[in-house]
Formats: sequence, C-alpha cells, structure tokens
Amino acid sequence: MDDLYREAILDHYSDPRNWGVLSPADIDHEESNPLCGDKLRLTMRVKDGKIAELAWAGEGCAISQASASMLGETLVGKTLEEARAITKEDILDLLGIELGPVRLKCALLSLKVLKVGAYGLAGWNEAEIER
Amino acid sequence: MVAPSIVSFSAEKIRQDFPILSREVHPGVPLIYLDSGATSQKPLAVLEAEDTFYRQTNANVHRGVHAFSEKATSAYEGARDKVRAFINARSSQEIVFTRNTTESINLVAYAWGLSTLKPGDEIVTTEMEHHSNIVPWQIVAGHMKAVVRFVPITDDGQLDLAAYRKLLESGRVKLVSVSHASNVLGTINPVAEVVAAAHAAGALTVVDAAQSAPHLPLDVQALDADFVAFSGHKMLGPTGIGVLYGKRAVLQEMPPFLGGGSMIKNVTMEGTTFADLPQRYEAGTPAIAQAIGLGAAIDYLNGIGLAAIHEHEVSLVNYALERLEQIPGLTLYGPRTNRVGAVSFTLKGVHPHDIAQGLDSAGIAIRAGHHCAQPLHHRYGLTATARASFYLYNTRDEVDKLVETLEKVRAMFARRG
Repeated sequence: MDDLYREAILDHYSDPRNWGVLSPADIDHEESNPLCGDKLRLTMRVKDGKIAELAWAGEGCAISQASASMLGETLVGKTLEEARAITKEDILDLLGIELGPVRLKCALLSLKVLKVGAYGLAGWNEAEIER
Repeated sequence: MVAPSIVSFSAEKIRQDFPILSREVHPGVPLIYLDSGATSQKPLAVLEAEDTFYRQTNANVHRGVHAFSEKATSAYEGARDKVRAFINARSSQEIVFTRNTTESINLVAYAWGLSTLKPGDEIVTTEMEHHSNIVPWQIVAGHMKAVVRFVPITDDGQLDLAAYRKLLESGRVKLVSVSHASNVLGTINPVAEVVAAAHAAGALTVVDAAQSAPHLPLDVQALDADFVAFSGHKMLGPTGIGVLYGKRAVLQEMPPFLGGGSMIKNVTMEGTTFADLPQRYEAGTPAIAQAIGLGAAIDYLNGIGLAAIHEHEVSLVNYALERLEQIPGLTLYGPRTNRVGAVSFTLKGVHPHDIAQGLDSAGIAIRAGHHCAQPLHHRYGLTATARASFYLYNTRDEVDKLVETLEKVRAMFARRG
C-alpha cells in the first residue's frame, strides 16, 4: 500500500500548486472525464506569448489533481509553442508511476484541458494525447 | 433442469465452481472479486456449455434442416424456455433474446415509443436509474416531442412514491420505467406497487431487472409489468446475451425494432410481413452459444436457489454495512434494509478512484466512478462513489479484507493531512 503512489503525488494532491481561478483570464477552459465525471478547469494569463500565470480548479482523484499541479508548475514561463509540444510521456515522467488505460485518462485530463483550451482544438482526438 | 435443492448454502463450496476465483491478481495476491454488480464471474458449467456447443453442434438456428442446425435450434429454444421458467412467464413467446439490458430497453423505447408517442406525452422514470433507463427515453422523447419526467428519491435512497403518484395525475403519462434494484444504492424498489399505480393511470410499464434477476426470485406475473429487461452476464451467464420479457398482448401490438433475417414471414419488393413472436424481435443471427450459456447459468442458479442466494447476500451486506460504518470518514449511501448486495460509499479526503486503486493493490476488485448513474450522484451532491457488490461466491473473510484494506488506504491519505 505504501508504494501505491509516490510521495510527490500525495504531496501535490494534498497541497496542489496554482489552485484557484484567474479572472479575467486569456484562456479559460474546462474538461471532464466521462468515466468518473471529474472536472478540471484551467485559467491562464499570457504575456508576450509566454504563460505568465495560471490556475487550476476542479475535483478529481490524486492522479488527476497531482498531474495538473505538477504540469502547472512546469508551464509558467513557457511560450505557448513550448507548452504545445508537451506530450503524454512528459506527464507520465512527472508522475513517475505506471498506469493502466483507465487511470491514464485521469493522468492526461490536465493535458487535455491545456491543449483544447490553449489551442482551441475542439473535438481534439483523445487518441492523439494517449499515443 | 436441475431441481432447486435445500442443501445448506456454502460460498466456499460454490467458489470451487468458478475457475477465476482461484487466480492471483498480482503475484501472491489472490483475487477478491467485489464487482459483480458490473459483471458476475462464470461457473465452469457455463464455460463448458458454450465450449461444448462450439465443439459439437455449432450451426445457425431457425435456418437449416441439417442435423446440427436442428440441434442448435433445440438448444437455443431450450435456453429460451429456461428463461421463461426462471421468471415465471406464461409463454416462451414472451421471451425475446437481446444483447443486454440496454438493448432490451432500447427495443421498447424505439419500437413502442416511435410508433405510439405524441407531442406532450410523458414518460416517467426515476432519479436512481442507470443511464440505460434514462438515455433511450430521452432520445425517443426528443424525436416525438414527448417529455421525460423523474420520480425523485429520498435521502435514504427510496423512491418518493407520493411524488410518483402526483406525476401520474397529469393524465399524460404513457409509460413508466423503473429499476427493480438500484445498481448504486442497492435499494429494492416496490415495483409491483409502481406498476399497479402506472396501470391505473393507463400507462405501460418497464422494469429494469438487471440488478435483481441475478439476486432475487423474479416472478413477472406477480410483478404484472408489461416489460422486464435483464442481462445474462450479471447472472453468471456470458456477455452478449440479454432478455426482454414482454406480455404477449403488448408484444403483438408493437412494430418490430431491427429489421433483417429471421424476423420475417414473407418479403417482396413491395413490402414485408413479420414473423410471429418472439422471432419478430430477433433480427439476424442471434447470440446462440451465449443463450445456451445463459441457460446453463440458470440451471446453476436454480441448483442453489435464488432465495438462498438472496439470504446469503443479505447476511453479507448487513455484515459489510456494520463494519464499514465504523471506518472514520466513511459515508454509506442507500437504505440499511430491504436491499441487494451493492454497497456504495465515499471516504473523506480520498477520491473513489484512489480507493479503488488502493484496494486493487490488495487484489480487491471494486468499481469507482458514477456507475452510469450521474443524475443519482448529482442528487447526493457527488460526482463519484466507490462500490463493492456481492454475489453468491463472496465470503465474510472477503468483507474483512475489504475493511482492513480501506483502513490502510485511509491511513495513507490521512498521513498527508
């Protein structure tokens, strides 16, 4: 049981970074995980093409919340192009655990919110994120 | 058919009939399967029935005059008769094989709804339904400009029957569709009463028996419902086979659902006349081996007896409720009595997915999420719950292991504060 989740995941889950809602925001997007109904919202302020500030809000499991918290930390200061290049593998590296196909959707919810929200990729193919 | 027996019930002995229950989930970690509400495990008798059919008599049904086609047809129709006896229907013509409960309900929604509903007509279902008893009605109501209304539920997970009677007073209710037992709360609904009130208001009735047919003696004549839907895979049978029971008079009035082979009497380029019941509702090659597997599952269940199975589950669920409510921060949903063996709960500060992952590390399979009942979860201000569901092969030791592991999960998250 103790090795179920890395300490870092539990830490981000109990103390999520950049939590809240920015208002006004340049980017404001919410997605949900249809399997469990969990929701995640991302608000971001962009200055000179770089992510200046961001905030997450929503509810979900340790994996989805820690993933958002960890991803958010890496985003601040990145250009939108750099953020766009973030892949599934990068998220899994951040989390540092192996996940089955169902939990993978929890882990990648934050990436989906970022990509659909930041790049307006409506109907963005989930298979692309999970490749 | 194996006659019902009164030999003493032994889950330990029953477990030996289920090969998967002796498997390990992770190295050295045996399976504790508490997810029968999602799908049940299968006894050897069911596996062998399908295997034997494919090895020895595989052929299509209702087509050839060759020997194996005759044998396949007899076995398939034999399974239909086992289903008829299992739910005490008057005639095998009232038993339609479908894929599952979802398809059974869709069959009624489309065949009856598209031919009968008028703008402003009302369909009544309830807040505690599985999505399969909500979405088909919404889709068909959308086509016909009809309205779907919901019977609210009480805080302890019972139908609000006073509100239900009020809904019926509109005079526009054409159909009432209700679950016999809730897949989340475990509530056993007073369906005979719901059906009688609907009939008095001139409405047809559908009973979703997906969570009751595997666990309780089911008598469709006593319920008096016009339609009853359930799945084979939740009652020890294979996936891909489900049942729609319909009263003969109602089925005869209804137009077909899917068109194609088997469901016709005569086809010309000008038009088609349809087959008699129940073939009229079984277009295309059916799930033959799966129907035969379901027949074997029914024989197995009859051998133990549904009353004995229910008694075992009640004893197990009472024990589980008693132990679970002692875990600090754990909230139970649903009634304490008159219920089946599905137990949903939340644990303060731990998301249901994390509960499920923690339990999985100890080999315990439960379900986490909204269990295809989002309106029900929203009713309680939740997005997700964790659900343990019990069946004939579960034991008190497994409940102990569940409780012990939940304590560990709680401790792991509590450590972080």
